[in-house]
Amino acid sequence: MTVLTNRKKNNKTFVDYVKEVLAYIGIYSVLLIFAFVILYPVIWIVGSSFTKGSSLATASAIPRNPSLSNYIRLFEETKYKQWYLNTLTIAVINMAVSVVLTGTMGYVFARLKFAGKKFGLLSILILQMFPSFMGMIAIYVLFLNFGLLDQPLALVLIYATGQIPYNTWLVKGYLKNVPISLDEAAYIDGATKYQTFKRIILPLMSPILTFVAVTQFMAPWFDFILPSFLISSDEKKTLAVGLYELINGQANNNFTMFAAGSVIVAAPVALLYLFLQKYLVEGLSAGANKG
Amino acid sequence: MKTDTNNLDKKSYSIWQKLFGKRMTKSGMLSIFIMGAGQLRNKQKGKALCFFLIQLVYVLIEILTSSLVSGGLPNQPKAWGYGFFRKGLWGFFTLGETTGGRFRDNSPVLMIEGLIVILLLGILIFFWIINIRDANQIAIEYEKSGQIKSSKEYFKHVFETSFAYVVSAPSLVLLLLISIMPILFAFFTAFTNYDAYHNPPADLIDWVGFGNFMKVIQLPGWRTTFIGVAVWTLVWAVIATFTTFFGGLFLALVVNNHRVRFKKIWRTILILPWAIPGMVSLLVFKNFFNQTYGPLNRMLGMNIPWLNNPTLAKFTLIAVNFWLGVPYFMMLMTGILTSFDKTIYEAARVDGANKNQIFWHVTFPILLSQVMPLLIMSFAGNFNNFGAVFFLTNGSPRNIAYEYAGHTDILITWIYKMTKDFKMYNMASIMSILIFLLIGGISTWNFMHTDAFKED
Repeated sequence: MTVLTNRKKNNKTFVDYVKEVLAYIGIYSVLLIFAFVILYPVIWIVGSSFTKGSSLATASAIPRNPSLSNYIRLFEETKYKQWYLNTLTIAVINMAVSVVLTGTMGYVFARLKFAGKKFGLLSILILQMFPSFMGMIAIYVLFLNFGLLDQPLALVLIYATGQIPYNTWLVKGYLKNVPISLDEAAYIDGATKYQTFKRIILPLMSPILTFVAVTQFMAPWFDFILPSFLISSDEKKTLAVGLYELINGQANNNFTMFAAGSVIVAAPVALLYLFLQKYLVEGLSAGANKG
Repeated sequence: MKTDTNNLDKKSYSIWQKLFGKRMTKSGMLSIFIMGAGQLRNKQKGKALCFFLIQLVYVLIEILTSSLVSGGLPNQPKAWGYGFFRKGLWGFFTLGETTGGRFRDNSPVLMIEGLIVILLLGILIFFWIINIRDANQIAIEYEKSGQIKSSKEYFKHVFETSFAYVVSAPSLVLLLLISIMPILFAFFTAFTNYDAYHNPPADLIDWVGFGNFMKVIQLPGWRTTFIGVAVWTLVWAVIATFTTFFGGLFLALVVNNHRVRFKKIWRTILILPWAIPGMVSLLVFKNFFNQTYGPLNRMLGMNIPWLNNPTLAKFTLIAVNFWLGVPYFMMLMTGILTSFDKTIYEAARVDGANKNQIFWHVTFPILLSQVMPLLIMSFAGNFNNFGAVFFLTNGSPRNIAYEYAGHTDILITWIYKMTKDFKMYNMASIMSILIFLLIGGISTWNFMHTDAFKED
């Protein structure tokens, strides 16, 4: 591309000049419009969280009398701190379990030959198409039988299982980029499969496993259906359920408190995402590359 | 006609052969009745023991859990004498017989226990077939060559591949229990009368066959709702995927343009919607678009029913989904575009293609082939995008012609309402099956045609 423009610059005509200016205007107006559309709701919710008063009608992007009252109310009147802690615990454990499960499954399906491989790949693919909550009644009864109801940590079982199909495909796609001759060299040197996995493949998998880790850390913060079905007591709720119930049905009364709660959830998570964006892009495109 | 039946016979014969081996030998016959017996006749003691142990474990579980030997299973009368497997099957087929009292039957629990038993028996049948086939093959080889391989060589082969099974075992067990079993449960619920009028454990549930399916086809209320909701779901999934895909591609190209300075800052702003938990954004937008109090109408000084008019609500939904979904595709495209092999551009330019032609005839097709699997997954994701609809519109505005559904409800939110709010479990299950067939069918067909799958 640069070669092309350089050549043009050498003998610029007036038309070329106008075209170039128009291109600049076009590109920057697109960027500015998108930036505004994206940032306005974000600024509005942050502004609302600092607004005095509790209703949606008083909420504004730039509050007149900024105050922390909503944040204080959030911690005093609801079990917000407990919800946050529950979700954080689930998120961390889910991240760890998911990385182990996907890492091994991805390795097995990318590198090893075994009977039933194709069938296995196809079945995990079809499984992924089935939304997890359709089996909700069964999971509810299963959890009831094993005494796992109302136990936030049991949710990890479902989250970690649910992510296996998609992420296995992703890891499998990623490992296609790693030459198989590495494994073969290791086998020739007398390494076992486990040693090859641990010493050679695992370190090479770190970018894609970072991707899995981040997305799986995020999952519980978003999820509403599972905890709303499986958790009943107030202090065991996760953030999604707690926040939703805060404004469900009485949006006009608790809106600014909800805004404050949202800011506390979204800010660290968003920062984490922005901070790790390089890994996320790599992970995403690696999974797509070899599909 | 005659050739047809001949072909059919041949086909079924070959499946039979595939399962049990080329022909039935005496060793094979022995293995049908006692696993490992045929192997013992073939003088492969190690293998015989392994197969026999598998069978033994199942038999022992059944005997030891039966009330004739031990205390028996919980919640069942002592007199039965059923063990784990027999009780599971009984529970699955009858869905319980006793209401009230200490030994009342809980139909959904019985069905789930039954399903677990059926899955375990499926594994047993799998080993049983392998055991027969193995006995047959070895016996035939022996007849031919007069020689017999030792169990050792066989185990060496199993050991070669077993690392894969051992490593993926935890995932497989979890998938079996938490993904497959619930899917089967949902599937079978469609054939029962599990609804608001049958509340276990107070009431029993019964099998009703295809009655519920007939309801969907015959009762006008259910039929209209299903067709209406299904069409909207399809339209929604196509538009949602299409808009976010091209929006993301467009933005990726714009930001990647050499004229843009501070690319990193622009990119960071543009991926912000992806970084904020979707639920939060959706609930914020729900209030943002509020007709009376929302800031948008206040800012515009108008009274636009963003979420209260059926058609406008659908547009708002798609617009908000665009806001949420564009960053994902933008990041994806950015990643892929930067990893492109630049020499193809050179080649195209040498051939005299202009920028537009290069993009639409070279870049775009390659891009599309690479993201196709993710595009299909994204379509499936949008098809079942519970969050977008539930948090933004919750299906509203109401549609009086529909059963338990509103104008913007997609199949998945309709199912959620049927289960959570109205306890219509059986009807919800039917819808689940239909979604599963549709989405699973499209995706499987597509994946079978991707390169990634063909290679394995």
